[in-house]
Amino acid sequence: MFWNRRELVCQEVVELVTEYLENRLPRAQRRRFEAHLADCEHCTEYLAQMRVTIRLTGRLRSEDLTPQMREDLTALYRRWREQED
Amino acid sequence: MSLHNHLLSGLLPAALNAIYVAGAVRWRAGGHELVDPDDELLQALRRGEEAAFLTLVGRHQGMLLRIARSFVSSPAIAEEVVQDTWLGVLRGIDGFAGRSTFRTWLLRILVNRARTTGVIEDRSVAIGDAAPVIDASRFDASGAWASPPQHWVEDVDDRLLAESLAERIDTALAELPVRQREVVMLRDVDGLSSQEVCDALGISEGNQRVLLHRGRSRLREALEMELGGVG
Repeated sequence: MFWNRRELVCQEVVELVTEYLENRLPRAQRRRFEAHLADCEHCTEYLAQMRVTIRLTGRLRSEDLTPQMREDLTALYRRWREQED
Repeated sequence: MSLHNHLLSGLLPAALNAIYVAGAVRWRAGGHELVDPDDELLQALRRGEEAAFLTLVGRHQGMLLRIARSFVSSPAIAEEVVQDTWLGVLRGIDGFAGRSTFRTWLLRILVNRARTTGVIEDRSVAIGDAAPVIDASRFDASGAWASPPQHWVEDVDDRLLAESLAERIDTALAELPVRQREVVMLRDVDGLSSQEVCDALGISEGNQRVLLHRGRSRLREALEMELGGVG
């Protein structure tokens, strides 16, 4: 593959960011990725921005139970308890 | 920051996820013992505490609905599948031995219920075009940044700004193609591991990663636009 022969360019790095964060880059490619970062402040910033994005997304809360769902599931629970007893 | 620190900070959530699905009541990670976060609620549920049931429901309902909706187009049927899943939990709770986390067990019940309802629709994932996540015009002919990202990561630590940015992300999420949105939400909001997402949505690891990559890249772009960062 091409990355075995030459250094990565920025345009390739941005496409590999997720594989890098997921720890799915083959070792040689990971080395090239990190070598590029060490020399490229823009891609270092880009990677940092992806991490910030993930962190901010993680602050979102999953949707809350609607009152109707809560009611339905309470009823479900009580019916089940009655059958159990 | 050294590259090493960089790596650690980025990998931590993924590492924790790997621990979460490892499949035992207690998991070891770097010498620390972790307990299934739902364990106490499960014990209370076994004692017959209704409140524990509703707390568990509140904790997982969003995730279950998201997955159920990915299987069926009707929101009403998705809700039925989820209700049926909770009934499965109640019936099976005494037999649940804790060999996996509660969440993994719960996801398995949901997927089985969705299958047996016979309403599972086409699960093939349209990955979409192979267009780059960053417009080619931002690079020069050699592939180096011509219009590099501006520096704004530290600004995000500002509390108020972070709040408004979270809203911006919420909006951007809603605008993502549905498959990307599902994967990004399950991974980054609900905190599922890639394996859990693949199992729950019935997609391959490669597909999961492509969807995650495209979705996250779009969210970053939304932040960049908000922060005026295109130089």
